[in-house]
Amino acid sequence: MNIDKDLVAAMSTPLVLAILAEGTSYGYAILKRVRELSSGEVEWTDGMLYPLLHRLERLGYIRAEWGQSAEGRRRKYYEVTDTGRTQLADQRRQWETANRTLGGLWGLTTAGSQAGAPA
Amino acid sequence: MSTLETQISDWRAAVMRGGAVDTADADELEGHLREQIADLEAAGLSDDEAFLIAVRRLGQVSLITAEFAREHSDRLWKQLALTHHNDGARQPVQLMLGFAVAAGVLIHGGRIAAGVPGADTPWFLRDVSLFVLPVLAAYFAVVRRMSVASSLGLAGAVAAVALAVNLFPFPPGASTDVLVGIHLPVVLWFAVGVAYVGGDLRSSAARMNFIRFTGEWIIYYALIALGGAVLLGLTGLVLAPIAPQALDTVFTWVLPAGVAGAVVVAAWLVEAKKNIIENIAPVLTAIFTPLFAAMLLVSAIVYAVGSVGREFDRDLLVVFDVLLLVVLGLVVYGISARDRAKAVGLSDVLRLIAVAAAIVLDALVLVSMFARVGEFGFTPNRVAALGLNLVLLVNLAVTAWLIIRMLAGRAPAVRLERWQTGYLPVFFAWLLFVVLVVPPLFGFA
Repeated sequence: MNIDKDLVAAMSTPLVLAILAEGTSYGYAILKRVRELSSGEVEWTDGMLYPLLHRLERLGYIRAEWGQSAEGRRRKYYEVTDTGRTQLADQRRQWETANRTLGGLWGLTTAGSQAGAPA
Repeated sequence: MSTLETQISDWRAAVMRGGAVDTADADELEGHLREQIADLEAAGLSDDEAFLIAVRRLGQVSLITAEFAREHSDRLWKQLALTHHNDGARQPVQLMLGFAVAAGVLIHGGRIAAGVPGADTPWFLRDVSLFVLPVLAAYFAVVRRMSVASSLGLAGAVAAVALAVNLFPFPPGASTDVLVGIHLPVVLWFAVGVAYVGGDLRSSAARMNFIRFTGEWIIYYALIALGGAVLLGLTGLVLAPIAPQALDTVFTWVLPAGVAGAVVVAAWLVEAKKNIIENIAPVLTAIFTPLFAAMLLVSAIVYAVGSVGREFDRDLLVVFDVLLLVVLGLVVYGISARDRAKAVGLSDVLRLIAVAAAIVLDALVLVSMFARVGEFGFTPNRVAALGLNLVLLVNLAVTAWLIIRMLAGRAPAVRLERWQTGYLPVFFAWLLFVVLVVPPLFGFA
């Protein structure tokens, strides 16, 4: 199943922030993690990740630093900031609401809708 | 270099083309590509296969660069970062400022010696370029590390011309005096050119660079002048209500120093931004060549129909000199940015139309002026105007011929460039003639 392009674009920010919230990482590893988590169903043109990372950096959600890989190659590492964590929490609430709303219609129950069950 | 390395570096070059992706971004993307290739090879793929798949996963280069351009749109507006390029080859700002200040000080020295404002001293008007342009020439002599012998030779030549025009016994109001005042700055501009090319006068490429420099310099100077006019205008408006007497001081001291200093600053700017920003003169030329071609074509037809038996004011010649100069400028700056490898195109045809129409137009006017032989009345002004007209006419006639040959595929575009750079000495000889020979010829009238 291919996920719609617009939906991928919409989830890209929380996805990247969530992966970085697990720990400092770099471009190639972030994409590997995305593929692993979605079992390859989230199709992402690799090159598009970098402009997104730069945008998040400009917005202050993440911080970048040049380091070295094990083979001695220059590599840019990204790390989530406090603003980024706040942003992630906010996005998470939005996604959970969306998930719950659609779930209510479709009679699905997901982990997300249970966690945020209506009071 | 192995095939894989070549492929990677080609890909990297393609990504960086267009300027939206900078070196650091390209490093990051290349790192990604290499890691992907390594993983695919570890899974048993060959170099070629791994490269193809890795590149495909990264996405189309045009899409990546478009995305980068959206995020970093500022990069497309190339910035002239003054501090970043102060490595040996570039000219330090301090040196430039030193020469700009020197030009400002010199112009004030001359002004005070002449008693301007107040006294009526025509020599100052005539010599004003002598206080500024030699400073610019000296600046380039220093920056280009011109040899001591050439520098002294150039300085000696400038001094000789300066001495000659100041020893000429011009009576007050002499028209030859005014002619010298108009032509001297251009003669001195050639001295700037000698310093600009570092004394390498024979090289056609170096001369072409000086022509390009001249076009850009004029545009930059005009822009600085506009900014300066706004500054002085606002200064005047702000000071007028509170200290009207300070206004004179501002205009006597700030204006001349600014006008002189900006000559050096504009030259420095042109050099500093040479590799960063596209040349503007050829862009303006591309816009105006078709318009001028149309205007000249219509004018030539109107003149051809209506000029028979008509008498033209002799002073109209100056207007046609300016017209031919503009057409020449359109041709020169058009070819200065021409890709030599490119085939002939519409722009060459338009250029030919402009040149041919200008020649016809000028010839019609010249013929009608000379129709009655002996009535021309050779005054110094008319000799200067007619001489320049003929010098330009010869240049444009050969230019038209070369464009025709080029359109017919018989001559390469570089011939036209060589002709223009080779013609510079003719212009110089004519200017020198007006400055040094015409005044004595007419008894300094």
